Amino acid sequence: MILTDSSKKKSPKRKTGSFRKGDLGSAFLFLSPTLVIFSAFILFPVFFSFYLSFQKWNMFSGDATFVGLDNYARMFQSAEFWQVLKNTAIYSIGTIPINMALSLWVAYLLNKKLAGKKFLRTAFFAPVIISPVAAALIWRWMYDPNFGLVNFCVEMLGFNPVNWLNEPTAAMFALIIMSVWKTFGINMVLFSAGLQGIPDSYYEAAELDGAGKFAKFWHITIPMLAPTTFFIMIMSMISSFQVFDLVYVLTSGGPLGSTKVLVFYVYEYAFKFFEMGYASAISYFLFALLFLLTMFQIKFMKSKVYGAA
Amino acid sequence: MGGDRYIKVWKVSKKVFLHIIIYAFALLVISPFLWMILTSFKDMSEIYVYPPKWLPERFNFDNYVKAFTAAPFGRYYFNSLVVAFAVTLGQLITCSMAAFAFARLRFKGRDILFYIFLGTMMIPYNVTMIPSFMVLYWLGWIDTYYALIVPGLASAFGTFLLRQFFITIPRELEEAAYIDGASRFQVLRRIIIPLAKPALATLAIFTFMGVFNDFIWALIVVNSEQMQTVQLGLAIFRDRYLTEWDLLMAGSVTAVLPILIVFFFAQKYFIKGITLSGLKE
Repeated sequence: MILTDSSKKKSPKRKTGSFRKGDLGSAFLFLSPTLVIFSAFILFPVFFSFYLSFQKWNMFSGDATFVGLDNYARMFQSAEFWQVLKNTAIYSIGTIPINMALSLWVAYLLNKKLAGKKFLRTAFFAPVIISPVAAALIWRWMYDPNFGLVNFCVEMLGFNPVNWLNEPTAAMFALIIMSVWKTFGINMVLFSAGLQGIPDSYYEAAELDGAGKFAKFWHITIPMLAPTTFFIMIMSMISSFQVFDLVYVLTSGGPLGSTKVLVFYVYEYAFKFFEMGYASAISYFLFALLFLLTMFQIKFMKSKVYGAA
Repeated sequence: MGGDRYIKVWKVSKKVFLHIIIYAFALLVISPFLWMILTSFKDMSEIYVYPPKWLPERFNFDNYVKAFTAAPFGRYYFNSLVVAFAVTLGQLITCSMAAFAFARLRFKGRDILFYIFLGTMMIPYNVTMIPSFMVLYWLGWIDTYYALIVPGLASAFGTFLLRQFFITIPRELEEAAYIDGASRFQVLRRIIIPLAKPALATLAIFTFMGVFNDFIWALIVVNSEQMQTVQLGLAIFRDRYLTEWDLLMAGSVTAVLPILIVFFFAQKYFIKGITLSGLKE
């Protein structure tokens, strides 16, 4: 509103002057630093890595040779690729639901009257802001099979100690737990914002109708949070498919490749073996996969979330 | 009467129970931090004990001294801070300029260009990572500050964030300045920027945190020890001192501390940044 009002009051001098010609020249000046950086490090790379995915090239010696779809064929025929894709999917499917349930629960509790809310919020958000490298290093120590805190708790609960980072299934589990710890604070903040956006009058009306706690949660909170939930799901999926730092430091993809994820695989081929073409093909596959999954979710959710309303 | 009292007791105990639950959970969440800090002050003989011991016999700073002599953490720190400050300052400038163009200037194709900008946020970084490395290689910038700084000097997220803020600033002030003969650049510097301080603070904190915590980019473009950042240095430190948890935890504390301090004083900007990025849909 403010904008439309003030634009009407524009001074006559400017209307006849620079404005009518448009501001193309100054716009170019103002945008040029950003455009230069973006051209070199986003636009060119997006197209060039697509081009690279059809080439065989180590970039240091000789020229790139066109190999058609060989890189993609090689990828789909590689057992390791499927293993890596499976690991990434397990990681995402393991992380996202726990993460969302936990962050919704904490946000829900924080929305009530509590003493020391500020402290609590700080505590839950602290893992989000620290570096993934340090976080993974702390958890490596926590997961130490002989002297670690995690096994101490496991034994206190009456179970046998686990060799967390040296057994394939346990290592993936360990990675998921750490990742939930590291990231649920972001979703907590988003859910909190969503919860605060629900008008009290909805709950009051439901109370008048005799709705219980559970009914209110199920029939008001959950549907009203649907757009937030949907957004969090997409963002979580995009970021969990690109996990790298946490894996690199916690397990380095091991044991036996059980926690090797897609970006780690790209990293290895690009910067250890310098097979730039093959690495680009994998990263483009990941790009396409994320795009399709996002589109699919948007379509699915549109019919579910918004279609019902 | 008796029933009322019963309900009151029930309500109070429910409240107490809720507090116990959430505080217990908070303790669980911060326990890795406590564990890291306490370990960093312990003697090796106190680290390898079972069952684990929470408190060290005495708080000694030897591990920090040892960590800083075992690897040039001072140098890592210097590198990280140089890079983080340079990128943050650079982004504040480039993003506010670009945001000004999108919020205030009129030119053909502005909205399309803005949507393309937003679209670039959807591109996974591993797609751009390989050619970006090549560009830096061709420029001869691998293993220099340029490689760590220059690719971060623009940001679609930052431009978007500032643009959303700029369009809420009323235009009257600018109109007056234009009539007095101010240039567009002066309007941006003297009027918009002072009014947009909260948005700039949010962007600055987010960028600083992102760059200081960055790992993969440093891993790719840095070869020599003297160019390593704190995060890269710490990861390499891990490979060298696999189970020397006294040194590793001292290193972790140093890698985490600056961000925790910034967070402590500027918490609201962190929260604001998260919710803003969450509301961009």
